[in-house]
Amino acid sequence: MRRFWFSIFVFVIAISLILPSLASGQESVLDRVKARERLVCGVHGGLPGFSFLNQDGTWSGFDVDYCRAIAAAIFGDPDKVEFVPLKAPERFPALQTGEIDVLIRNTTWTLTRDTQVGADFAPPTFYDGQGFMLRKDLGVTSIEELSGASICVTAGSTTELNLADTMRALGVDFNPVVFEEIDTVYNSYEQGRCDVVTSDKSQLAARRKVFKEPDAHVILDVTISKEPLGPVTIHGDNRWNDVVSWVVYATFFAEEHGITQSNVSTFTSKNPEIERFLGKTGDMGGKLGLSKTWAHQVIATVGNYGEIFERNLAPIGLPRGTNKPWTQGGLLYAMPFR
Amino acid sequence: MEERESNQAIRPPTASKNILQWLKENLFNTWYNTLLTFLAAGFLYVVLTGILTWAFTEANWGVIPANLQIFLVGAYPRAEIWRIWVVIYTLSVLAGLSAGIWGGLALRLALVIGSLGGGIGIIVAFFPIVPWNRLGLLAGVVLLIGSLFWSRRSKGLRPWVLGGWLLSFPWTMIWLHGFGGLATVFTSSWGGLLLTLILAAVGIVVSFPLGVLLALGRRSSLPTIKWASTAYIETVRGVPLVTILFMAQIMVPIFLPDFRIDKILRAMLGITLFSAAYMAENVRGGLQAIPRGQYEAAHALGLNYPLMMLLIILPQALRSVIPAIVGQFISLFKDTSLVAVIGLLDLLGIAKTVIANPDWLGLQAEVYLFAAVVYFVFSYSMSYISQKIEEALGVA
Repeated sequence: MRRFWFSIFVFVIAISLILPSLASGQESVLDRVKARERLVCGVHGGLPGFSFLNQDGTWSGFDVDYCRAIAAAIFGDPDKVEFVPLKAPERFPALQTGEIDVLIRNTTWTLTRDTQVGADFAPPTFYDGQGFMLRKDLGVTSIEELSGASICVTAGSTTELNLADTMRALGVDFNPVVFEEIDTVYNSYEQGRCDVVTSDKSQLAARRKVFKEPDAHVILDVTISKEPLGPVTIHGDNRWNDVVSWVVYATFFAEEHGITQSNVSTFTSKNPEIERFLGKTGDMGGKLGLSKTWAHQVIATVGNYGEIFERNLAPIGLPRGTNKPWTQGGLLYAMPFR
Repeated sequence: MEERESNQAIRPPTASKNILQWLKENLFNTWYNTLLTFLAAGFLYVVLTGILTWAFTEANWGVIPANLQIFLVGAYPRAEIWRIWVVIYTLSVLAGLSAGIWGGLALRLALVIGSLGGGIGIIVAFFPIVPWNRLGLLAGVVLLIGSLFWSRRSKGLRPWVLGGWLLSFPWTMIWLHGFGGLATVFTSSWGGLLLTLILAAVGIVVSFPLGVLLALGRRSSLPTIKWASTAYIETVRGVPLVTILFMAQIMVPIFLPDFRIDKILRAMLGITLFSAAYMAENVRGGLQAIPRGQYEAAHALGLNYPLMMLLIILPQALRSVIPAIVGQFISLFKDTSLVAVIGLLDLLGIAKTVIANPDWLGLQAEVYLFAAVVYFVFSYSMSYISQKIEEALGVA
């Protein structure tokens, strides 16, 4: 009998824990962030150029700067961010359970993720793609010439699948040399255990930079997969997704129009769109639930897209590639500030 | 025993052997031993020259001093690091007081900790590699020795020091996390060796009593307790620690959406509950070694169950399994590195983020070797301390 009452007790406790969570799904993450006075941002934590810990214990990187940009838009203070390093399997659960407010962790936008794992995507901040790196003296310039080559690749990754798919489609024979660890892949390639190494181009460039002779290696001018990387918010919270999206657009817009960290405070223009952007006319911020000068705060504290790129990704040897404003033939296109 | 004595009687003492004789007797006494000696020497030569050449010519050790702060405390803000010193000094004083009051084992432990701290402190003080507070560690050692001498044999302090140890954990957490006017340092910024030590200390201190209770439970005559304990121990021992950590990290927040448990706390729980199951089996081994006569004698004296366990059985049982328990503690200390796979930046996690810094790309070997040395220093110290405990208890 006592045991029976005990199970009833456990059941009631369980229900009372679950019910409120079902009822209280209405609040936007934006309200939660404002009430907490701090943005909780999920990052990779160990990806060269994108997020890593500095010598003095502060965070740096391309993804980190976007976290700071969102905090600057909301609070005017880029330091009101708590960074949570996440591993790949726990990133989506962390987002769904509200442990983090936004996920900026080189996450590729795919249909499955957009529909099945409770994620909504903001515009990609970095267009990556899988490429090939090999020794310059091989004189190879296209994948078709790689017949019979041994190719180093990480085990179990989409990289491995993309490689197999592409080569099958082209009818090119190759020997995959598969490793578990990323470090081993590049060490083996450098020691000549394989002719070619394949991975995302951003990673190839970063790794090439620390080879003993970086100039002896060349990254082929082909891209075999699309990897649009961008911020992720929880599915169904449109207000919050709007904020994150427009912070990204603000960095694109500022670069399109030459607004930089140093000149944003003195920037004058007759262009009404720029006046709206800077909060001099209209109330674009109010529509997002932010202050009037939100975009000004973003650019003044972290800079425009080009500045964020130059600060974080140029040092690891990444070319701008397609990550240029559309006005210069790139893919970065800010929606109108109207 | 007999045989050895007769052997000694036949063979003369060999204390005066010189090195050539020793070599001849031990390394070159037969043709196959000579061959093995040369093979081993050749192997050692190849490996060691490789390692030493790398360590002294190719390795870029600059990465270690430059990142020493984050290796030690992770993303803990530089302006707040003084709070960690407060904690270290509190613990130094408590250790010194305990050593002074109790003497014996506590004194030996304090001496080991003090000489370790002093050794590292001297290295740090002479090599200007740390950007902050070079004499900090030595000051801690001075505090330890000072409180040791101040409190010698003052038995009246005993309850105060015991209370101090009990409060030391909340005290540490409050200082690290912040209170009142102090800035809050969120646990997501705790990292490096600091996090490793916190996880290990909590795991060790909590899993030990838990393990003892589980071991007693498994040997209990009450079926519910017995089966519950057995089921717990066998379930946990049947699952790898990584699985438990992933459960704690991913499943718990999904099951308890409105009931947020801190990420580090979840890791602590995982490690502690995992370790308790193994601890229970170690303790049970000790309990089984106690002859029935001890139980019967305790009953005959009129002791009830708790008193019998506390005064008669456990002291003997635990004594006999100290090596196994310390082995468990050491493996727990090293197992804390598994939290790196759930994104916590412990010493190993920090090593991974350091080699992602564009300034230090491609220095995996140096960084991981440094982490290994730190783990070794702590693991070996624990092993050494366990030998001291065994000596003090007369079981060595």
